[in-house]
Parts: sequence; C-alpha cells; structure tokens
Amino acid sequence: MEHWFTDIAQALVNWLMGLGLSAGWADFVLLIVQWLCIVMIVTINVIILIWLERKVSGFIQLRLGPNRLGPYGAFQTIADAIKLLTKEDIIPSRTDKWIFMTAPLFFIVVSVMLYAVIPMGDGMQVVDFNVGLLYFISIGSLSTICLLMAGWGSNNKWSMLGAMRAVAQMISYEIPLAISLLGVVMIAGSLRLSDIVVAQGNIWFVLLQPIAFITYFIAATAELNRGPFDMPEAEQELTAGAYTEYTGMRWALFFLAEYTNLVAVSALCATMFFGGWQGPGLPSWLWIIIKTYLIMLVFMWMKWTFPRIRMDHLMSFSWKILLPVSLANLVLTGFGLEFFKWMGWW
Amino acid sequence: MLQTDQYIINIGPQHPSTHGGLHVEALMDGENVVDAIVHLGYVHRSIEKIAESRTYPQFVPYASRLDYLASHLPTLGYCQAVEKMMGIEVPERAEYLRVIMAEFSRISSHLIFIGSMAIDLGATTGLIYCLRDRERIMDMFEMTSGQRMIASYMRIGGIAEDVPETFYAAARSFLDDLPQMIDEYNGLITGNEILQCRIKGVGTLSAEDAIAYGVTGPNLRACGIDYDIRKAEPYGIYDRFEFDVPLGTKGDSWNRYIVRLEEIKESARIIEQALDALPQGDIRTKVPRVLKPESGWEIYHRIESSKGELGYYIVADGGNKPYRLHVRAPSFINLMVLPIISRGGKLQDIIANIATLDPVLGESDR
Repeated sequence: MEHWFTDIAQALVNWLMGLGLSAGWADFVLLIVQWLCIVMIVTINVIILIWLERKVSGFIQLRLGPNRLGPYGAFQTIADAIKLLTKEDIIPSRTDKWIFMTAPLFFIVVSVMLYAVIPMGDGMQVVDFNVGLLYFISIGSLSTICLLMAGWGSNNKWSMLGAMRAVAQMISYEIPLAISLLGVVMIAGSLRLSDIVVAQGNIWFVLLQPIAFITYFIAATAELNRGPFDMPEAEQELTAGAYTEYTGMRWALFFLAEYTNLVAVSALCATMFFGGWQGPGLPSWLWIIIKTYLIMLVFMWMKWTFPRIRMDHLMSFSWKILLPVSLANLVLTGFGLEFFKWMGWW
Repeated sequence: MLQTDQYIINIGPQHPSTHGGLHVEALMDGENVVDAIVHLGYVHRSIEKIAESRTYPQFVPYASRLDYLASHLPTLGYCQAVEKMMGIEVPERAEYLRVIMAEFSRISSHLIFIGSMAIDLGATTGLIYCLRDRERIMDMFEMTSGQRMIASYMRIGGIAEDVPETFYAAARSFLDDLPQMIDEYNGLITGNEILQCRIKGVGTLSAEDAIAYGVTGPNLRACGIDYDIRKAEPYGIYDRFEFDVPLGTKGDSWNRYIVRLEEIKESARIIEQALDALPQGDIRTKVPRVLKPESGWEIYHRIESSKGELGYYIVADGGNKPYRLHVRAPSFINLMVLPIISRGGKLQDIIANIATLDPVLGESDR
C-alpha cells in the first residue's frame, strides 16, 4: 500500500520508455499525468469539503445539514455543482469585461499551482524544489491580485471595498506568515519541503516552534479569508464583497479556489509542523490526508464560532501583535539554536 | 499626496443586515463613515389609515402586525388604550395572563435581538441558539392563541381564550431552563473577545442626545437613565410585581446589549410572580358589541414595549371607527439617532449600531 502511487508512476514511465520515448519525454508525460491527478484531487477534495463544512456547521448550529440526497446528503454538493453549471452567466454591462471574466480563472489556476510542491507522501511530490517553501508563499500571495481584479472589474462599490480589504489584509498577514515559517526553516536548515519533513523524524516542529505554529495558524486563516477574518466577503456588511456581481460557474470557481487554498494551506501546516507524511502503521499518503483534514476541521470550528473582526482591529492585530511576536520567535529560535550547538546537543 | 474622494454607499433596502427594508445612505471616506442618512418607508402598510376604516375591535390583528417580533405588546397597548377611553374594567385573571404574555413577548423579542446582533457581527451560530430557545416561546403562543408570531391574543376587555393546562408546565420549564440558556449565550456571544472589541465603545449615545431625540426603552436605559414606563407610570397591574430596571453606564452598543440580556432575566422574574399569583375567574368582561366613544373623546396610552415607549393616540368622532389613530413607534424614533452614533465610526460599526438599536421596520414604517 505504501508505494501504490509511486509504483504506478514508475510503471507508466517504464511503459512509455518501452514504446521508444526518451527518458525526458517520458518524464514530461508523467508531469502532465501528475497535474491531471492534482486537478482531480482538488475537485474531489472540494466536493468532500463543502459537504463536510455543511455537516460540521450543522453540527455546531444544532442542525442536521444536508440529509436528503444520497447517504447523509453526500450528493448534495454534486447537485449544487450541476445547478451552478447550468445557471445563466451574467456579466453586468458596466463591468471591465476582461478583468471581470478572467479573475476567477486566475484565482483557481493560482490555487492549483500551490500543489506543485506539497509532499503528498513519501516521494509523492510533483516538483521537489530546493526553494519549495518560498515558491509556496509567493504563489500564495498571488491570489490577492485575483481578488483585486474581481473587485475592480465588477465596478461595484461593495466589490471594491471587499477587494481593498482583501489587499490590505493579505499583504499585512503575508509578513507574519512568512516570518513564522522561517523559524521552522532555521531548525530544518532547508527550504526544500521534503527536507523539512525528514527533519521531523524524531520530533514534530509544533513542539519546538509552538509560537510559530500559532502565528502561522492565525495568519493562514487571514490569508484564506475565512472567518473570523472573512473581511473581503463579509456577508453581513458587504453583501458578498468582491464576489457580489458574480453568478453561476464564475462564482463557483471562486468558491472552488477558496477551498483549494484551504486544503493547500492545511497541507502545508501539516508538513511544516506535524511531521508531514510521516507516521506509524498507515501509508504515508494516508497520514497526510488525515493530518490535513484534522487541521481543516479546526479551521471550520473557528469559522462557525467566532464573530467577524473589525477591519482596523484586524490591521493593528497583524502589525502590532503578530509581527512582533513572530519576529521575537525568530530571534529566540536563533539564540536557541546557537545555544544548543554550543552545548553540543544539536 | 494621493487625491482621495468621498463616496456614497447605499446600505439597503436590499441588504442582509438591515432587519427588513431599511435604507441607510452612508457617506464614506474609505472605510470611515462621514455621515449616515436613514431612509424609511419601505415597509409602509398604512396601518394608521387602515385603522380609520376598521371598527375598534377589528383593529386588534392589525396592531399585532406593528411589532411582529413581540406581537402581544402592541395589541396589549391598543386594547388598553381603548379600554381606558371606554372605561372598561378587565378581570383579574385576564390582567395576569396579559402580563405573562407580554413578558414572554419581550423575552422572545430580546432573544431575536441577541441572535440578530450576533449574526450581524458575523457569528452565525449565535442566531441559531437564540432561535432554538425562542421556539419554545412560540410553541407556548401557539398553544394559547393558535398563532405563533402574530398572535392577536388580546381583546378589548380581556383576552381571547383561557390558557390550556399544558401551558403552565411549558412556561415553568422554560423559566427553569432560562439561566442555563443565558449561560450558553454568555459563553458563545457575550464572552467572545472579538465581539467585545466590536461593540464596546462603539455607537456611543450620550444621555443628553438620547433625551433630545426622544429615545426610549433599553436604548435609553443603556445611557444610564432610569426610565421604564412599567415603573414610571404603571399600566395594567405592573405595580404589583417586583422587578429591577437594568441600567447601562456609557450608552454604547455593549451597554445596549447587556441591558437587554439583563431585561430577559427581569421579565422571567415577573412571569414567575404572575404565574404564582394567577387567580381563577373570567378572562373577558362583557363589552358592548359596537363600541362608540363619544365625539371629541381622545386618549393617549403608552406601554413599555420591548423597543421602547409604544403609544397609541386615538381620536373618536362618535362613530364605531376611530377618527384618527396614531402610533408612537419606538423603533422609528430610536432609529433617528443612527446618524449621530455612526458618524466617525467604521462601515462595520453602522451594521453593529443598527443591530443594537434593535429596530423593527414593520413598526417604524407602520
């Protein structure tokens, strides 16, 4: 079970080379297959997640959640997807058409790109960059532009306000997010995600870097625009924020991208702090799925319990609390590391 | 220097957090509110004009459509106004049942307030918990009047029907569970740090402004002014009950929330006393089928509704229909302070202010 997926990949490469393809071309075909797999993983995950979110929120709010279509309402998401696909695609006349139409596409592309570096099991990584973490953070910050495009292109004051909030929020939370992860990088001594996983063979980094974990978790919630930091959407204030003018599949793409981001960020959290795919007994790809879903459940729990924070509190919280704390953590980690080396414990 | 501009943003009439058809025209400078103008009238059903073409008893169901979140209170006010004008005595038992129903209405209205405030601040779960408990009050109303929300239970000269036996147990068990419910709200809503940051010190209304604008009810008491019509000018049999009037200190959104939360407990105290003292007897006096107040008679009667001072001004012209009926709607008057408490705040504060002023648009637009 452990090597199912790597074996399949190897068999595919061998078969292609048996057909007379050079090793380079075989790898190229493999890459395309891997991307298709990622798109499949994303789609399946989103279908499960939307169902799960409804069930979890139902559980928290003393409701049943979807329970009509299929066992425990499992097919509800599929029915909703069909509904959204068949809906009229409304493009308001005063919009900036190209920006309005392409914003959701860019958003989903950017979110899927995050998966390139996530180690989804032992040796299961599309590209094992030596700067994988840097790639993840920089691609993750691109989604800001997509939200700005959506808000600007919609030519609607609510959308614009939502987009401006999104930009302000994501830029300010990007910094503590990156700095909190640097503590882990210092201990692991590498930006390569597979190295970081291997470095957690003995002890999870959440135990060595608890402050970094908490800062990362809060900043990640803000990055994902999830409650209590769902300012860009802010249903009760901005009606739907940047998504106000979107309908049908274009709106669904935003939704899809948000959940895709959620999975990616949770998977990164598992990789950086909870030992990635490592774990006893079960195969590695199952371990990362279990850890990712547990982290996502915490995200859902937070969303359905907390009220929304106010915009100015949000900004001051990032700049006045999260940033100093994560910087202090960085300094502390540096001193700690030197001390350990000096004592000869490391 | 960057050239910036102020812009107008229309909150409502189609908006998730405007409690009906409220339209707030906000002049914004970025996220900051420069000014807010309240536009009303989207739920106008000309109830005051309808009253002129309905006989006195016929208007009772219309009155319950004023404040549909606490429907016993506006009907109580109307019936008492007519009774006062005609000099009709109400039997003891009916008086007690009226108090019980009115206070249950107040609790249900305040539960909706807490829930809708929570959801307006983004805590969707808070609403569901409050609705769960309000449901039990609605069940009791259904038990007694056959209607859940807009129960026209009050009648001129008494009440429509006696309560069934099952009502007492339901009422007692609700009162027994109430402290536990409030603990739950405290855990989920009151104690939340984010929520406290959102409403503490936000939308502060000074006592002078409150009096100048004629604000009444919990909004006024949140400013620290001890004015409750149940105490100041007791109507019905309210002088027989022992209860406190919760007061705020600062008049901000947080005080308005806490005052209402405390009022739930006080209402529960009143209901408990009324249930204990509930006498047997008639529920309605004999009232002439056609009520014809003499020409020139007029009356102003006011009660403490869940929103504030709810007054009825009725002028009779000798016929069986009022010549003019005016409703002093507390929601309408309380909403007028929205601009002054929202100025200088953030966009999100407007939403919090609307929520904590607790207007019912059906009453304010009439």
